[in-house]
Amino acid sequence: MKAIAEGLFTSEPQPRLVGGKDRDSGRIVFPCPESDRFEPVPLSRSGTLWSYTIQRFRPKSPPYAGPEAFTPFPVAYVELPGETIVEARLVDVDFDDIEIGMPLEFTPTPLDPDATDPVMIPAFRPAEAA
Amino acid sequence: MGDVFVLGIGIHPFGRTEGMTGVDQGVFAVRQALSDAGLEWNDVQFAYGASDAAGNPDTMVDQLGLTGVQFINVRNGCAAGGSALFSAQMAIKSGECDIGLAVGFDKHPRGAFDAKPSEYNLPEWYGDAGYMVTTQFFANKIMRYMHLNGISRETLGRVSEKAFRNGEKAPHAWRRQPVPLEEILEAPMVSDPYSKYMFCSPAEGGVALILGSEKKARELGVPMVRLKAATMRTRPPGSFEVFAPSVDIERGGSATNIASRDAFAIAGVGPEDIDVAQLQDTEAGAELMHMAENGFCADGDQEKWLAEGLTEIGGKLPVNTDGGCLACGEPIGASGLRQVYENVVQLRGQGGARQVPGDPKTAYSHVYGAPGVSAVTILER
Repeated sequence: MKAIAEGLFTSEPQPRLVGGKDRDSGRIVFPCPESDRFEPVPLSRSGTLWSYTIQRFRPKSPPYAGPEAFTPFPVAYVELPGETIVEARLVDVDFDDIEIGMPLEFTPTPLDPDATDPVMIPAFRPAEAA
Repeated sequence: MGDVFVLGIGIHPFGRTEGMTGVDQGVFAVRQALSDAGLEWNDVQFAYGASDAAGNPDTMVDQLGLTGVQFINVRNGCAAGGSALFSAQMAIKSGECDIGLAVGFDKHPRGAFDAKPSEYNLPEWYGDAGYMVTTQFFANKIMRYMHLNGISRETLGRVSEKAFRNGEKAPHAWRRQPVPLEEILEAPMVSDPYSKYMFCSPAEGGVALILGSEKKARELGVPMVRLKAATMRTRPPGSFEVFAPSVDIERGGSATNIASRDAFAIAGVGPEDIDVAQLQDTEAGAELMHMAENGFCADGDQEKWLAEGLTEIGGKLPVNTDGGCLACGEPIGASGLRQVYENVVQLRGQGGARQVPGDPKTAYSHVYGAPGVSAVTILER
């Protein structure tokens, strides 16, 4: 599995997102900034939906590097308790079933599912789908 | 320190103008503002010019005249115009100068704004994954806000409906055709919960404001519109902004909260004293959230305010009397100055079909933009 950027997920069998913990304040951000001030920390695999929208048109390329053929996708913010709220895709869910507060779990997802060696981007799916 | 007055105003209609560059539209607005104030270009001692995507404002001197005028370019995201105005008023307040120009113009290509991750200190993958899209943020922000505060999608629709209805009465607006509420709600979705009628579009246009000292205002015999406060602020901790890969769980205020609070303090008035307001409405929900962020109502009260028409031109607090960004589009450099232009029109009683009744005395303007900047002005006649 190839992450879209180095250091974004852990290399465990069940990967986790890697955030950055401010060494002074303890504040956690995502992704981990390239700065000595932040210590890389694995983030929780489970969280709840904080907010979302459905991206209904294909974002402009560049910078968007997704497939030419466009299918609308949900862009969400997911609260990881005690850590931070991260922006990520939602997968394996009907748009009509998305509800703020729903339990979610981390699952990296291919940016282009039809690519032979796809790069993986951060995503979450409903926890009960596990 | 002396008070600052708006001596003259000018605008090039917003929308799409083939055959005119952004600079041309800025020059058009400056000439109109000079004529409105009864001044010549060589009376202007300094200028601050805002443009995001249409070139350097100081190149306007080619057309306006090579008087050697001090001309400073401002680029500050959606607050560019507000920042130009803030800077210009400082020069007059300090007593250094007594006639100056704040001008803004822009000309954006069709479609969503082009934003690159590197311009916002973000990693490249963030753009590759499809997140450099401002509409996603606005939609996420209102979705959370609606959930917490019981705002319905119909209320979002009412904001757009009002915008196009007001735009019809404003000669400088772009979209001047009323759209029925039902059509707004059922139009194709751009980014849920927003349909295509609930977002403004990048556009073109130019606005110029001539500012001056009280002495100059009296000499020229222009209507006495006083700039009581102009603030520009950046974000506090815990705010939720455009292009945010993560957000703090502990929620904080917004750049708007601080710019607004400080403007009211400087002007010595409160939200209840304002007779007309222009609030950043790049999308329908922004107007609603900004009503609360600027202190005009409590979170959640917008549902009632819109249903009862309190923000209509004849209402308790008319908001976006020229149709705002939704009807005028958003040429970034000009947009914040358009709000001030509209407020001056209202305070002078020159609003025609869109004039706020009851002889308004105080007017408020507010812009917000990436990456968490806000500018507020309060005018008084």
